[in-house]
Amino acid sequence: MTTPPRIEPEGAPAFSVAEAELAGLAGRLAHRAEEESLLEVAYRIVDSPVGRLLLAATERGLVRVAFEREGFDGVLSGLAEKIGPRVLHAPWKLDGIVAELDEYFAGRRREFGVPLDFALSHGFRLSVQRRLPDIRYGRTMSYRQVAELLDRPAAVRAVGTACATNPLPVVVPCHRVLRSDGTLGGYLGGVEAKATLLDLEHGAAAA
Amino acid sequence: MMQPFDLAVRTHGATVLRVCRAVLGPGPDADDAWQETFLAALRAWPELEAVTNLEAWLVRVAGRKAVDVLRARGRNPVPVEELPDRPVAAASEADGHGALWTAVAALPERQRLAIAYHYLGGLRHTETAELIGGTPEAVRRAAADGLKALRGSYSGMTEWTD
Repeated sequence: MTTPPRIEPEGAPAFSVAEAELAGLAGRLAHRAEEESLLEVAYRIVDSPVGRLLLAATERGLVRVAFEREGFDGVLSGLAEKIGPRVLHAPWKLDGIVAELDEYFAGRRREFGVPLDFALSHGFRLSVQRRLPDIRYGRTMSYRQVAELLDRPAAVRAVGTACATNPLPVVVPCHRVLRSDGTLGGYLGGVEAKATLLDLEHGAAAA
Repeated sequence: MMQPFDLAVRTHGATVLRVCRAVLGPGPDADDAWQETFLAALRAWPELEAVTNLEAWLVRVAGRKAVDVLRARGRNPVPVEELPDRPVAAASEADGHGALWTAVAALPERQRLAIAYHYLGGLRHTETAELIGGTPEAVRRAAADGLKALRGSYSGMTEWTD
């Protein structure tokens, strides 16, 4: 079996297809997918003060916020496996959260109002993540305090895991949870990103 | 298929578009055939087996969708000769290769299909023959004749080899 000699753009630039044309076609496709209820996960990538963020939503709400260091292709593959493989770039489906994030990073928003879909979380992790928004803007808690808040004082490490696996960082504020000694602790987006968010909130809350 | 559909669009979108354009000329008809191809793929996606040679599958679907449009044109009085005058130019002038697509559009249908499936879509002549009928040898000849005709009609073809 021989592979046919393929006329690729590099072999015959005459047949090149412009990026912008393909983006236009893919956009139209995503709209038709939505009309036919064939869109399981819509995603969009935006710039932010903590680097590029991938935002993904289902019909139920925002399901994933990912930092670039997590690897966007891997994140999309995970969404395909855990939610459904009909994952499409459909930026307009994320307009609501993009507007809220813009306000948040400008220091003009203290809590998020878009619907959230916790489909990626289960069990104790889910109960931790659901309680995190109770830590008010500009405040922080230790992993131990969060465990106590949930009446599971011995579950400090499990709280740490729940924060580390938060599928909705920034929006569900796991960055407000610190080590008992006051040091930052880990963060999905990197310790620098965690510090950036805390500084932002501290500054805006004091203003 | 459990991989994100979006990845298939990014990976194979350009190949599918080239196949559609080779059959229909660049323009709204090729764009529609591209849409129909990926919509068909999206509908079938969860059931498509992971072992499927995705690109070959998409190219076959694209070829069928494009030929459907051709046949519909044949029934409706839209002469293929008018192709070069259609909005086509908008898409192709952007990358400066309108003349090539026009030359491809002017080829006899079998040559055009053989070039679309084999050279642009990467299918083997045997697979192309299954799709458009005839023997693999006849398909090989049609593709070779098509390339020869293109070399004659389009000056930018010098870098091509069989």
